[in-house]
Amino acid sequence: MSHLPILSIVTFLPMVAGLFILLAGGDTQTRANTARWVALIATIVDLALAIYIWTQFDGSSAAFQFSERAQWLGGNITYHMGVDGISVLFVVLTALLMPFCILASWKSIETRVPEYMVAFLALQTLMIGVFCALDLVLFYVFFEGGLIPMFLIIGVWGGKRRVYASFKFFLYTLLGSVLMLLAILWMYLYSGTTDIETLLNTAHFPVGMQAFLWFAFFASFAVKMPMWPVHTWLPDAHVEAPTAGSVILAGILLKMGGYGFLRFSLPMFASASATFAPFIFVLSVVAIVYTSYVALAQEDWKKLIAYSSVAHMGFVTMGIFTFTHTGLDGGIYQMLSHGIVSGALFLCIGVMYDRMHTREIAAYGGVVARMPIYAACFMVFMLANVGLPGTSGFVGEFLTMLSAFRVNTWVAILATTGIILSASYMLYLYWRVIFGKLVKPALQTLQDLSAREIAILAPLVIATIVMGVYPNFVFKVTSASVQHLLDRNRQALAIDRAPRLASIAKVTP
Amino acid sequence: MSISANLTVLAPELIVAIGAMALLLFGAVRGEKGIGLVSVLAAAVMAVAAWFVAMPLSPQIHAFGGAFTIDTFARFAKLLILLGSATTLLMAQDFFKFARIDKFEFPVLVLLATIGMMLMVSASNFIALYMGFELQSLALYVLAAFHRDSLRSTEAGLKYFVLGALASGMMLYGISLIYGFTGTTDFASIARLVTASSVGVGVVFGIVFLITGLAFKIAAVPFHMWSPDVYEGAPTPITAFFFMSPKVAAMMLFVRTMIEPFSGAFHQWQQIVVVISVLSMGLGAFAAIGQANIKRMMAYSSIGHMGYALLGLAAGTAQGVQAVLLYMTIYLVTNGGAFACILAMRRKGEQVETIADLAGLARTQPRLAFVFSALMFSLAGIPPLAGFFAKFYVFMAAIEAHLYIAAVLGVLASVVGAYYYLRIVKLIYFDEPAPAFDLDLGAKLGTVLVGSGLFSVFFVVGAAPLVAAATSAAHALLP
Repeated sequence: MSHLPILSIVTFLPMVAGLFILLAGGDTQTRANTARWVALIATIVDLALAIYIWTQFDGSSAAFQFSERAQWLGGNITYHMGVDGISVLFVVLTALLMPFCILASWKSIETRVPEYMVAFLALQTLMIGVFCALDLVLFYVFFEGGLIPMFLIIGVWGGKRRVYASFKFFLYTLLGSVLMLLAILWMYLYSGTTDIETLLNTAHFPVGMQAFLWFAFFASFAVKMPMWPVHTWLPDAHVEAPTAGSVILAGILLKMGGYGFLRFSLPMFASASATFAPFIFVLSVVAIVYTSYVALAQEDWKKLIAYSSVAHMGFVTMGIFTFTHTGLDGGIYQMLSHGIVSGALFLCIGVMYDRMHTREIAAYGGVVARMPIYAACFMVFMLANVGLPGTSGFVGEFLTMLSAFRVNTWVAILATTGIILSASYMLYLYWRVIFGKLVKPALQTLQDLSAREIAILAPLVIATIVMGVYPNFVFKVTSASVQHLLDRNRQALAIDRAPRLASIAKVTP
Repeated sequence: MSISANLTVLAPELIVAIGAMALLLFGAVRGEKGIGLVSVLAAAVMAVAAWFVAMPLSPQIHAFGGAFTIDTFARFAKLLILLGSATTLLMAQDFFKFARIDKFEFPVLVLLATIGMMLMVSASNFIALYMGFELQSLALYVLAAFHRDSLRSTEAGLKYFVLGALASGMMLYGISLIYGFTGTTDFASIARLVTASSVGVGVVFGIVFLITGLAFKIAAVPFHMWSPDVYEGAPTPITAFFFMSPKVAAMMLFVRTMIEPFSGAFHQWQQIVVVISVLSMGLGAFAAIGQANIKRMMAYSSIGHMGYALLGLAAGTAQGVQAVLLYMTIYLVTNGGAFACILAMRRKGEQVETIADLAGLARTQPRLAFVFSALMFSLAGIPPLAGFFAKFYVFMAAIEAHLYIAAVLGVLASVVGAYYYLRIVKLIYFDEPAPAFDLDLGAKLGTVLVGSGLFSVFFVVGAAPLVAAATSAAHALLP
């Protein structure tokens, strides 16, 4: 392993590029162009570094790798970074989506380009930081800090109701997170450390307190995820955000909730997680079924995908709280796949929006006649979102349902209806937009994908299919860490149950 | 201890006092011509005083028979006070020139108020405390009414004076009760008499009145009514001054008078402080939402901030005192920057004060807009900015002291509070531009802005030394 602080470089490189853009001179046009190119190059270099980390990552070990540690706030609060099998792929996913976001904003963003690029680069730093941080306070700083650039992205470059959406997004997520801060402080004072690695391996919280801590973390992650019924900020934020903002929201920010459950709730509050698993199942199933129906009724293209995201995240929470290897693998895979597929779907919407400037489904119809390549790309993502075998969406949904079936048959049966529903709303959407007669006059002059747009969508098509056909390259990385997490979870449960068993043994000699 | 040894310990205060009197003479002799020079010299006097605070001449920490204590806590507070006062002088010059009320008395009054504050934070005897307190207050009353031709300013001065006198009276009454029931005004002696097992009802009454006076000075609920009116009416640089040094001094005084003499009555005063703290956080968050004038909004925001700082005091631990010190430091620097931004809201030489005037600032003055927004996010307590760490340490202290309900109410209030800070960011970045402000900020405002902005943004990287300093200062009070 190299001594280069590679995780810090991956994390802070975009921020440095952002500073460079801020300081660059020239008139508005040159500054805009510099900003675009610097942002693109920085994100591509960052992607290369992330892939390098992935290749150097030892998947057979469950330990945190590429660790870095430095003094920070004094006391036991340190700057500690590191990745394990669960987090490393999220770092890659974040780095992977960013260049596409920059490319997708190349032409569609014309006002205040440097500020836009700086906001995105800062957001990237904060997002990668979330997945790399191995200190609770550091994690919280990254986790909450991401609100600022996203607030500005939605509010400045968003649609008509951008102000409402940005405030809702900000305050909703902040309200969810502040309780987590108190829980973090309590954990620090109880165990004397905020180091995640130490907490994972040694700390143990009293069962009575775990419920409070679990709920404090749950409040934060459930909002971020988002789980029904605290999902209502998401459709608003998605609809009003610019295309790239929606991609990041759906692709990365939503995954922080699932990542949080895996990193903190399961291993640290094992008993509480076990107790509240049925509660999570109920919320997940409601999310899968209810939001699918809601998606079916949408008139707005982006809103439909937004609700489908909520439904798909339901599979993730369901899989994670089965506490089985299959379920966790499925949950992680579903998050990665959804990151790519929903991101790609939003990019597809963006392609159309740039041409037609409307997101209303009724304004389209028969697009295939003018845009065959587009229709093909869109079809792949649409089918992946449905979960068709051979696409990435299938693997995650199948594994989570398989594990749910073993744990609770009813949950699995109800969740399966979600697949049928997702097929209905996606196919219905595809039919309304792509097929039919091309009668609307505004659509007559549509141009098919430009080279830039093909460059954006083609890699994502490949990724979707590769992930659908050969999922093992992901499991090779995650497997050891997931197993370790589950072992840790069982040990913690055993410790919690030991006194109770002892007392029962005393009563019945 | 000889008189000269005593005076050596109080060297920084003496320097400021002599400086103030010398500058008063100088100003009176030179008249109108010497105004600029008086300001510069006053700032220089503060710099010298700060040097002697940081590098004390004598290792002694007590002077005048225990009436003054110059421990690390007092020195930390004094450095903050001097920083706030010097920043005020820096920001005020151009404003007064524009408003045509530049008088040499202004720096002198600031110096006099500064001595009062420095004595306040060092006082370990109620008589010494009251002297410092009144010296500060009288100078501040005059400052509030400094724009004597403006109705709002004179009204502010009068209101401040009448209500301030009432609060001083309350406090004095409390002190007399404490004296009556313990027979001493010395903090150390009171601490020996008031122990957890022997807290008399009379002393508790005294403490309540004392807290009333102190809560008035920091404008904590329910003694906050004066502050929005006074802060709105006073000339803006003077409002900035009120926001910075006097708040810090009064808060430090609050901390010392609770912790040092009355640690035995902790359970009695803790209840009061918790209630004041929670009410202040709540009122500050909700009342600021409806304000249209930015100075008024900041006044309510300050009420909320005092609530958070008091939560640290309510913990009553070294951790809590450290949290208060950090909170006040970050509060002072961030508000200094915010007021520099408010002072920059000048259109064709005229100062404007409504929040709506900020609309679209990001288009017309991107740099000012960036700093202003960063400061607003910092005040809202969003990481990675400095304001987050202020709240972080306060809540840590509160959790450690098992004040769970107060902490939960506090974080919820901070979410509500985030709304009105966001509203400013929204105006700056999302809205269509209003007519631009005057482009030329001047080097002085610019310095304050850059300093405050850098502090807010980079606190996350370089926090460790400040945290360590606050910890050692807190341990001076609670070993």
